[in-house]
Amino acid sequence: MSSISINVNGVAETRDVEPRMLLVHFLRDALGLTGTHVGCDTSQCGACTVLLDGAAVKSCSLFAVQVEGRSVTTIEGLAQDGKLHPVQQAFWDQHGLQCGFCTPGMILSACELLARNPSPSETEIRAGLEGNFCRCTGYNNIVKAVQQAATAR
Amino acid sequence: MPERLFGASIKRREDPRFIIGKGTYVDDVRVPGTTYAAFVRSPHAHARISRIDASAAKKLKGVLAVYTGKDLVAGGMKPIPTGWLIANMKIPAHNPLAVDRARYMGDAVAVVIAESPYVARDAAELLEVDYEPLPAVADPAKALERGAPAVHDEAPDNVCFRWQLGDKAATDKAFSGAAKVVKQSFRNHRLIPNAIEPRSALASANPGTGEVTLWVTSQNPHVHRLIMAAFVLGLPEHKLRVISPDVGGGFGSKIFIYPEECVVTWASRALSRPVKWTAERRESFLADAHGRDHYSDAEMALSADGRILGLRVKTVANMGAYLSLFAPCIPTYLYGTLLAGAYQTPTIHVEVTAVFTHTTPVDAYRGAGRPEATYLLERMVDLSAAELGMDPLEIRRKNFIPKEKFPYQTPVALLYDSGNYAGALDKALESFDYPAFRKEQDQARKRGRYLGVGFSTYVEACGLAPSQVVGSLGAQAGLYESATVRVHPTGKVSVFTGSHSHGQGHETTFAQVASDELQLPIEDIEIVHGDTGQVPFGMGSYGSRSAAVGATALYMGTQKIKEKAKKIAAHLLEANEADVVYEGGKFSVKGSPARFKTFGDIALMAYLAHSMPKNLEPGLEAISFFDPGNFVFPFGTHVCVVEVVRDTGEVKVLRYLAVDDLGRVINPMIVDGMVHGGVAQGVSQALWEHAEYDENGQLITGSFMNYAMPHADDLPSIQVGRTETPTPVNPLGVKGAGETGTIASTAAVANAVMDAISPLGIRHIDMPLTPGRIWEALRGH
Repeated sequence: MSSISINVNGVAETRDVEPRMLLVHFLRDALGLTGTHVGCDTSQCGACTVLLDGAAVKSCSLFAVQVEGRSVTTIEGLAQDGKLHPVQQAFWDQHGLQCGFCTPGMILSACELLARNPSPSETEIRAGLEGNFCRCTGYNNIVKAVQQAATAR
Repeated sequence: MPERLFGASIKRREDPRFIIGKGTYVDDVRVPGTTYAAFVRSPHAHARISRIDASAAKKLKGVLAVYTGKDLVAGGMKPIPTGWLIANMKIPAHNPLAVDRARYMGDAVAVVIAESPYVARDAAELLEVDYEPLPAVADPAKALERGAPAVHDEAPDNVCFRWQLGDKAATDKAFSGAAKVVKQSFRNHRLIPNAIEPRSALASANPGTGEVTLWVTSQNPHVHRLIMAAFVLGLPEHKLRVISPDVGGGFGSKIFIYPEECVVTWASRALSRPVKWTAERRESFLADAHGRDHYSDAEMALSADGRILGLRVKTVANMGAYLSLFAPCIPTYLYGTLLAGAYQTPTIHVEVTAVFTHTTPVDAYRGAGRPEATYLLERMVDLSAAELGMDPLEIRRKNFIPKEKFPYQTPVALLYDSGNYAGALDKALESFDYPAFRKEQDQARKRGRYLGVGFSTYVEACGLAPSQVVGSLGAQAGLYESATVRVHPTGKVSVFTGSHSHGQGHETTFAQVASDELQLPIEDIEIVHGDTGQVPFGMGSYGSRSAAVGATALYMGTQKIKEKAKKIAAHLLEANEADVVYEGGKFSVKGSPARFKTFGDIALMAYLAHSMPKNLEPGLEAISFFDPGNFVFPFGTHVCVVEVVRDTGEVKVLRYLAVDDLGRVINPMIVDGMVHGGVAQGVSQALWEHAEYDENGQLITGSFMNYAMPHADDLPSIQVGRTETPTPVNPLGVKGAGETGTIASTAAVANAVMDAISPLGIRHIDMPLTPGRIWEALRGH
């Protein structure tokens, strides 16, 4: 067991973990933050995407011990003071989700995309989300949601 | 009075929990003391299991148990039954864990239960299984060859069943007199559903009460309960509670009763501990039911001027290694019956041979039989047009069933209730300038660019459907739906529906219907689904049936509520029931709106029961079952424009337009979304997705690394339009919207690609139309 301390959604969390514990299991099982989902465990689907010091990473492909001392933002940490983040709001407004399973990862990837490129073209949005699968929406309304969030910022 | 919500694109009520990460999927459910299952799966497509040695696995700290197929049989576990019978079919036993022989790569042979998922996987690695590999066959056509390895002893020729539909003699006669006969063979290749949420099951048995609660990723929790209790586990049905909370997409794959949920339920009872299993994606690829996988030979007989005189189809359908729950009905009653499409083909004959192979079982995947029929038919229409020198739209218009002819009896059993096929095509052509496109195409060709347009003027049958009819065709279930409307003393309402939402948005659309009918604000209505402990009964969601069947049951329940409420109101208003009207959420005597009782007043009195009409029971609750008189038949025109890059074989989808007639639409925004997603899956089959086995039955597309799921940058923006022909089958006039996109789109894309490369003299290429396949075909031209 290793003792690790990670700042998750602004709170310092210290736990003893097996060295092989994946970050996604640390979030889901040690902290109970089940909004981060596991869709493939091979880093293609993007359902487990979280922000690590602001960069979108796939939490199924990192060990918890690798992020010792760093800051993680999960979907649960995005809304501030009960107010939805513009990207969350846009996904709701534009019907950018159906089953909701890919949604947390998709929203966080979109956040990073907009942080890098505040006014992306449709092509840039589609390319920027190529690390996240959605099986329900055909991505149509996800693109619209990102466009709305871009104008809302 | 609230505004009427039917037809309004209100935002989804389920979204707030999903966008903040507070959905509850099965893997999110936490029960104290949970243990974890890991399955050991055969790496061989076909092998005798000669020995399983669990001693090393059992020694690992934290391992509670290891069970093999024989242990489960000894422990009373029965095979998983099939839910649809075809005459003279072979039904080999499908044991949840293989006993003696593994029959596909991924067939589970043992399960390890441990205190943590990590330990369970470690122990699974330590399990020693001695396999004697046996010859295998994965391709359904090869499985029919003499000397092919038999999957089951009881089907030595690998034939599960042979089935036919239509008048063979009349069809043969139509061909003998035809001016033109067009022939083509098609491969409708195998797909893997890949809902983004992997399947998961968590069973918690209470040895004190004998009850078991099972959380499972199911599209139909009551079907899970009934089959698992009555057939597989021998549990009293009332002692098994099945909860399907938020479910992350299904597309058919979460209809069926799979081995894993049976095993964890059995193990939870055996160990008196909660047991959880969540699939890894690799397991999803191997052990979720696959879709499609047909070989077909089609022949179309035509007159010289392009009238379709007859259609003859022979199909070989892959069932996989075992019969999945509804597998037998997919290539029969959901396929052969759809071969008339939108056309007045006077006679059709279809023969289907269903075949066992050493592959993952095949069952319903979005569209289920109907995409296969539509693809074949719409390709045949295009091929026929080409051979007759006709325009693909001209031949369609010539053969469309005219709107005056409904209800229309097809030669393949279905009675189409309504339709206006030319109307949908006209609507599509309002947004797509066909003559201009042909000009552009001509000019582009001169510059060496290959553009093509493809049409798919489809019809589908959904809203499954009359119990008596499906029963006579072999269904071991009724296909009605139930809804319970419970009015609480404060006038708030809970609706318990047997439909299940796993992305469809029922919590919004069903509430829209209830709000209108009860004349209450939508905030006063809660839709409850996915729990056999709360919902009295239900058949679940598949075959685009939720709105047409489930929402109608809800509608009927609200009428019963209003009837009873009116009796109470008449009593309280000292009026004749016939004189009482309900408007704006208030009961009053006709002509005297000032004296009224609100819905809340009536609800309260129903539960206080201080002053009730004579002989009327207290309470305000109603259950309704809706068993429709027919399927519903959405239709439409899909248009796809592509460019094929001559040098690379790459297909670029330049435009996709879907015009669908789904009857009346409860929430256009939600329906548009379903069409987008459905089209994406159909486009993806046409161009990329392909589940491939090698000659030894190894799945060589077993991960997202080599199975081509579409990304955002692969797909075009999808344009949606509609016509509206209400169905007379249900009082809401609604049809199904969940599958039309997938049913229509593969044909539209394939027709577009073939149109693009038609100047090169290529008649047909089987899907998926990957750059490699197209490049190969173009190389010699």
